[in-house]
Amino acid sequence: MSITVIDYGSGNLKSAAKALEAAANNINSDSKIIVTSDPAIIKESKKIILPGQGSFRDCYLGVKKIPGLEDTLNEFVLVKKKPIFGICVGMQLFAKIGYESQETKGFGWINGSVRKINNINKTLKLPHMGWNQIEFKKDFTLFSGLENKSHMYFVHSYELITTQKDCIVATTNYGNSIIVAVAKENIFGTQFHPEKSQKNGLIILENFLKWEV
Amino acid sequence: MLKKRIIPCLDVKNGRVVKGINFVNLVDAGDPVEQAKIYDEQGADELCFLDITASNENRNIILDTVKKTAEKCFIPLTVGGGVRTLEDIRNLLLAGADKVSINTAAVNNKNLVKESSEKFGSQCIVVAVDAKKISENKWEIFTHGGRKSTGIDALKFVEKMESLGAGEILLTSMDRDGTKKGYDLDLTKKVSNLVNIPVIASGGVGNLEHLHQGIKIGKASAVLAASIFHFGEHTILEAKQYLDSKGIPVRI
Repeated sequence: MSITVIDYGSGNLKSAAKALEAAANNINSDSKIIVTSDPAIIKESKKIILPGQGSFRDCYLGVKKIPGLEDTLNEFVLVKKKPIFGICVGMQLFAKIGYESQETKGFGWINGSVRKINNINKTLKLPHMGWNQIEFKKDFTLFSGLENKSHMYFVHSYELITTQKDCIVATTNYGNSIIVAVAKENIFGTQFHPEKSQKNGLIILENFLKWEV
Repeated sequence: MLKKRIIPCLDVKNGRVVKGINFVNLVDAGDPVEQAKIYDEQGADELCFLDITASNENRNIILDTVKKTAEKCFIPLTVGGGVRTLEDIRNLLLAGADKVSINTAAVNNKNLVKESSEKFGSQCIVVAVDAKKISENKWEIFTHGGRKSTGIDALKFVEKMESLGAGEILLTSMDRDGTKKGYDLDLTKKVSNLVNIPVIASGGVGNLEHLHQGIKIGKASAVLAASIFHFGEHTILEAKQYLDSKGIPVRI
């Protein structure tokens, strides 16, 4: 069974795939890493990674453009309840709605919205770009082996806001507290880029490969 | 708290690392992939490759270098030099670059910054600005590796680039580059205060205090340096420990 990185025309898939391969190698996993947009292959996958770069709207439209992809993802996540890991805008797409460039529907797997980060009267630079520390909000299996306040690499100008507080597994501080990791049953997402967060990021990817929901 | 970033830059020519003194007198000094791995292990926050002669030479070698680096280093990689078209940007991103820096083409073709940031996202579009002081409080943009004057005011230019969708400004002082006299702090501070996107200070680092000044006085979000790291004068970790001792938030 394979681990599939969903290719819907967004950003740097190679980074995610290469980091997953390195993570698999670290834990002697024989998981095969595939990059594809083919719904038939995605359906058969054991776990999927949903990356995302650019705007919420472009990413959502990118998914919509591939025939059958949205339905396949919904079935994979909601019906089959197999593990998904959304990265950056990939995580933001879990929300019901996004407000980047214009109002756009998301997958709605998590009751929330995606809004621009408050730059506090332009005292904060946007994008929130670089290394920031994540604060655990609960004991969570995908963080095992990581210390609280580990550094992760971020680059984003929009943040996920949710009323489902029980889904929030980590936050960071950038002017205000920002949600940086969410989890709900088989659904997991991070605002930061594990594939760019050196050893800390690889630990999370290793944990995802090992994750039994 | 968001940390200030230290970015070692490798000037690459024909797949080999060089560091120019004012962009001439190139010294061949190593394999960029090996260098990148060392910097990654030392705790570099990002890596930067500048393909310095790319305007005139074959681009494929750098793609191979990028590809090999992306397989080994899991930190952000910015690649610049000779980037002129959407196709150039796409090729670098596909090879494994996380950000692409645009220099000459950002001046000659403003649509490139707009179109590329719309297409690939602002997060991966860095505009590399080479500026030279022409009078008190006035800097001009130079292109073609600092050889060609444009008559364009640097401060107006960076504002324009931000409005077109640039995600970051890589600001190099042509007066300081290669001199080891420290960043042009006036310029860095003016640009940092002017735009709301992150600014990377570049050009002129000769010691660790210069890095501190770039952040403290220049208000830069990140500091870029080449020779002090490349020739082994300091490790990235030493630089971070120095900044930490001065109260600058860094990732150690």
